[in-house]
Amino acid sequence: MAKTHIKMTVNGQPVEALAEPRTLLIHFLREELGITGPHIGCETSHCGACTVDLDGRSVKSCTLFVGQAQGAQITTVEGLVNPDGSLGVLQEMFREHHGLQCGFCTPGMITRAHRLLQENPAPSEEDVRFGMSGNLCRCTGYQNIVKAIMAAAAVLRGEKEAAE
Amino acid sequence: MIPGAFDYHRPTTLAEATGLLAEHGDAARVLAGGHSLIPMMKLRMAAPEHLIDLAAIEALRGIALGTEIRIGAMVTQAELIAHEGLAAACPILREAALQIADPQVRYVGTVGGNVANGDPGNDMPGLMQCLGARYALTGPDGSREVAARDFYHSAYVTERAEDEILTAILIPHPAPGTGYAYEKQKRKIGDYATAAAAVMVGRSAASIAMTNLADRPIWSQAAGAALASGDVAGAVAAALSEIDPSDDNRGPAEFKRHVAGVILKRAIERARARAA
Repeated sequence: MAKTHIKMTVNGQPVEALAEPRTLLIHFLREELGITGPHIGCETSHCGACTVDLDGRSVKSCTLFVGQAQGAQITTVEGLVNPDGSLGVLQEMFREHHGLQCGFCTPGMITRAHRLLQENPAPSEEDVRFGMSGNLCRCTGYQNIVKAIMAAAAVLRGEKEAAE
Repeated sequence: MIPGAFDYHRPTTLAEATGLLAEHGDAARVLAGGHSLIPMMKLRMAAPEHLIDLAAIEALRGIALGTEIRIGAMVTQAELIAHEGLAAACPILREAALQIADPQVRYVGTVGGNVANGDPGNDMPGLMQCLGARYALTGPDGSREVAARDFYHSAYVTERAEDEILTAILIPHPAPGTGYAYEKQKRKIGDYATAAAAVMVGRSAASIAMTNLADRPIWSQAAGAALASGDVAGAVAAALSEIDPSDDNRGPAEFKRHVAGVILKRAIERARARAA
């Protein structure tokens, strides 16, 4: 079983590596590239902790082979910081609104919320709940996750200042 | 949760893909979105030695609204949902697709994979039977079309031959004013249906199909005929007489039969309210 030559862009950085075709994208990111933001939760496409952004789509990286991401532009939670390294708006709002308890689901939540707000900058609370339905929080902290995303949407629309 | 090893192929033409499938036979599987196949491979319930990814084949993409509706096999559920022209031409497709899995799965999962896999839990097969769709298949000896109503034999056993690839779904335009509803009862977001029903109802015609209530989707000619003549109770009774649910973690068969009756009635009411 020949290894495949993989090329992709992860958080703006070009990446090249040889990988066995059976390597799942989540394992490639975490083990080959050392990008450990995306988490392995259920490993069965249910929980969304492994969510990354792939060419403008939110995907569960535990359910894609690395070859399916050949040539892709990938963004993980690490790529959502501001250029100066400070927390991005969504990350800041998750902190401000206590959108995490244990924090395990948070990278997937934030990465998914990023795409949701790109597609719908002014979502209703129902839109947020429907759009986030592929991400599970086993602390069940959904109220504050929704609040954080609604607040981030308002900041990104320029209607509200992010707190210092 | 590491799948068995395989060789990965990424053909760019359909001819190349059917050639690979012919060359490797039983040892090969085609990969669409992979959201059914990859979980099976992680469980080692599927262990193909060759995986033929269809993602780079342009001919399998795109939605065309001509004399009939053509949906390329590699169109994702998200692309189907986002297509305004399709939503206007045949709104039940969007209504059903929004009830499949969750956003991340819909970005990757394809319509072709959903109909071709033969999983009785999938929503699109019953819907395509309701709509009178046909599937285009291409193999080494050329192409053919099979009616969705003739495609499903039993769980995962379909009319598609091992060396054929499902390339597109062809749907006749519903008559103007046709009412529609896709109703699905599920335990939670992302789950397969406990019971689901697709209903189309027009002036003198109606069509009813049900999902996950037998080892294949159930399109009931008798139920459609009863509904077309305005007999709702007769339509529900006819459909329920053709389903064959089994006990599993979604409930005992009798419970599913009950749920099926409730959601079918709801779907019929909603479809009739929308009919012009």
